[in-house]
Amino acid sequence: MFAALIFYMFAGLTVASGVAVISARNPVHSVLFLILCFFNAAGLFLLLGAEFLAMVLVVVYVGAVAVLFLFVVMMLDINVVKLREGFLQYLPTGALIGLVLLLELTVVFAGWAFAPDVEALVAAPAPTADVASNTEALGRLLYTTYAYLFQASGVILLVAMVGTILLTLRVRAGGRKQKIADQVARRAADTLEIRKVPTGGGI
Amino acid sequence: MFEIGLSHYLTVAAILFTLGVFGIFLNRKNVIIIMMSIELMLLAVNLNLVAFSSFLNDLVGQVFAMFILTVAAAEAAIGLAIVVVFFRNRGTIAVEEISQLKG
Repeated sequence: MFAALIFYMFAGLTVASGVAVISARNPVHSVLFLILCFFNAAGLFLLLGAEFLAMVLVVVYVGAVAVLFLFVVMMLDINVVKLREGFLQYLPTGALIGLVLLLELTVVFAGWAFAPDVEALVAAPAPTADVASNTEALGRLLYTTYAYLFQASGVILLVAMVGTILLTLRVRAGGRKQKIADQVARRAADTLEIRKVPTGGGI
Repeated sequence: MFEIGLSHYLTVAAILFTLGVFGIFLNRKNVIIIMMSIELMLLAVNLNLVAFSSFLNDLVGQVFAMFILTVAAAEAAIGLAIVVVFFRNRGTIAVEEISQLKG
């Protein structure tokens, strides 16, 4: 009963904030509702017993991705009113396609059942909580069976990082940059000269 | 009603995915909101994977959800970088203005 109420709260808030993300007038509000949506989805993950993924969702999605969105939205000087023009123009088509998609998914859910030998097909049975926690079990699986995929995802992140830096790095013409090699190679003879200055004569 | 099963989670994920698709149609002009809609769809897929993983007692679903999370983060970073560069060059992010590659 209580668990059901918690589920309905998280699920309802997730869906409601999802609606707010796509319909908010201001993109900043959209991002904030996206953050709320992620938090409630993390709550759903917790209810499902995937506590590590719930925390990763909060840290990675809310802490990194959503804040990146917020940063970009605030950095770009977007004319919101102009972008909202024709907002309702695509509403009928979008509603139709969304409805069809939802109906199809409902049909799939209605006529769907587990395979009879599903218990035998489980690839990595989740241990009970007294044997290993969710995080520990996930780590054991990730660093053994899926080690190569784990490395590959690290490479994906590295490529994304290099690509992002390459795209947004801008070397301004006429900027003053420190040339360390020149500074180190400089010697006193290049810059200093000792002159005899006669009294009252000047140089 | 008060017994939360797999189908409840799948329904939430289906609604979230549909909202993502709907958001792409609704905000045809704003690239950033389109990218947020894509994030919503990826979240729905993750919810599906985690729900199946939990109810089938199989951890592989959660491992794959984590890989999806990684790819989604990389995609968001690259996409937003492209948006920033485009805005710097053209001064707008309206989708219909992005037509330079059209022959």
